[in-house]
Amino acid sequence: MPSYTSPHASRPGDVAGTLKLLAWLVLAIALIVLDHRGGWLAQLRHRAVAVVQPLWWLAGMPARIGDTLSESAATRNHLASENRVLRNALLVSGARVARLQAASAENAHLRELLGAARRNGGLDVQLAPVLDVDLDPTRQRLLLDAGTRDGVSLGQAVIDAGGLVGQIISVQAGTATVLLLTDPDHAVPVMVARSGVRLLAYGSGRSDRLALANVPLSADVRVGDVVLTSGLGGRFPAGFPVGTIVALHPDDSHAFLVGDVRPAARLDRGRDVLLLREQATR
Amino acid sequence: MSRNSPGWVMPASLLAALLLGLLPLPVPLQPYRPYWLALVMVYWLIEAPDRFGLGFAFLSGVLADLCFGTVLGEQALRLTVMAFIVQRFRAQLRFFPLSQQALAIAGLLLNDRVVVAVVHLALDEPQPPLAAWWSPLVGMVLWGPVFLLLDRLRLGGRK
Repeated sequence: MPSYTSPHASRPGDVAGTLKLLAWLVLAIALIVLDHRGGWLAQLRHRAVAVVQPLWWLAGMPARIGDTLSESAATRNHLASENRVLRNALLVSGARVARLQAASAENAHLRELLGAARRNGGLDVQLAPVLDVDLDPTRQRLLLDAGTRDGVSLGQAVIDAGGLVGQIISVQAGTATVLLLTDPDHAVPVMVARSGVRLLAYGSGRSDRLALANVPLSADVRVGDVVLTSGLGGRFPAGFPVGTIVALHPDDSHAFLVGDVRPAARLDRGRDVLLLREQATR
Repeated sequence: MSRNSPGWVMPASLLAALLLGLLPLPVPLQPYRPYWLALVMVYWLIEAPDRFGLGFAFLSGVLADLCFGTVLGEQALRLTVMAFIVQRFRAQLRFFPLSQQALAIAGLLLNDRVVVAVVHLALDEPQPPLAAWWSPLVGMVLWGPVFLLLDRLRLGGRK
């Protein structure tokens, strides 16, 4: 195949090109270091994210449209049968609720008798839809379709039906970013439900694992134990399920144990999460 | 030739590439997602080198970093490296038949995966799943359609 450029003609251009490459590379690396280490760019990033917000909204649109279509395409027959099933389920749930109400009333009564510290009874939560967008899969983040406009604030704990999901790390007008429990940068103070041993659960970067580090050999911790938030540190309220211990093994020094925890929350599925309004510090 | 291409095609292709990158995919498919932005960028570097250079690659990379929530500068670095290689071999790439071009693109994208691995290693961030190494192949297959579509849009506007 004939060469369309003579190799000598582009020499001076090559040098200039390489210099330009170096300049841009240095700029890129400076950005990476600033963003990764210093976090000086946080403010700038915060502003700029407002610009790309519509893009996120747009990218989530096909999923939303798909949902709407599949819902409206359901046939009458299907709806009728679904209706019947739901009616049944409602009856059963109604019965359960009645029982729970009785239990709750009894519970409240007992609490009063015990003179327990006054707690506000129901959790004050807010439902927030997950914006259907993949942020970088190697970082464990979630984008919510709710922001300062909806009263979301920085540091709020996020839960789902299973347990703790994470915390809000940045809020814009219409969206908020959740740092999941499983992000390598995340740690949550926990306590073993059975024995009360206090530990720290770190994110592992995988959505189905948390890591317990530095568990003393003598600590009363077993495989199968449920861990709850301990409420220490004031960021998360106490008593929310974090996960179940699935494995314990000695660490490299054989002085401590490390544990694997399966998160209780379903971090990789579900369309909605709950934001806790209740302040952890009372 | 590039002087006559309609002005909206480049921003539109960039926007489409960003949207395709953000579009939710089933979890098992995610690692195979091709690097759309790279495909689009390489096209513009090959076809309109007098307008799009390293600066263009850098800026679209920063924009992508903002969109995808990656460390600011990561994709800027990746795209700048890729743009540089494309510029060096533009003369050859331009006259390759489409199939050979696609092979070259696969090479570029594979090199890009290496850059990603190095960046993540340097930052002590978790590595992308192993399956992500297949995404250059997906990119290679898609190069033909992307190239033809963009060519049609760019030249179709010229009356």
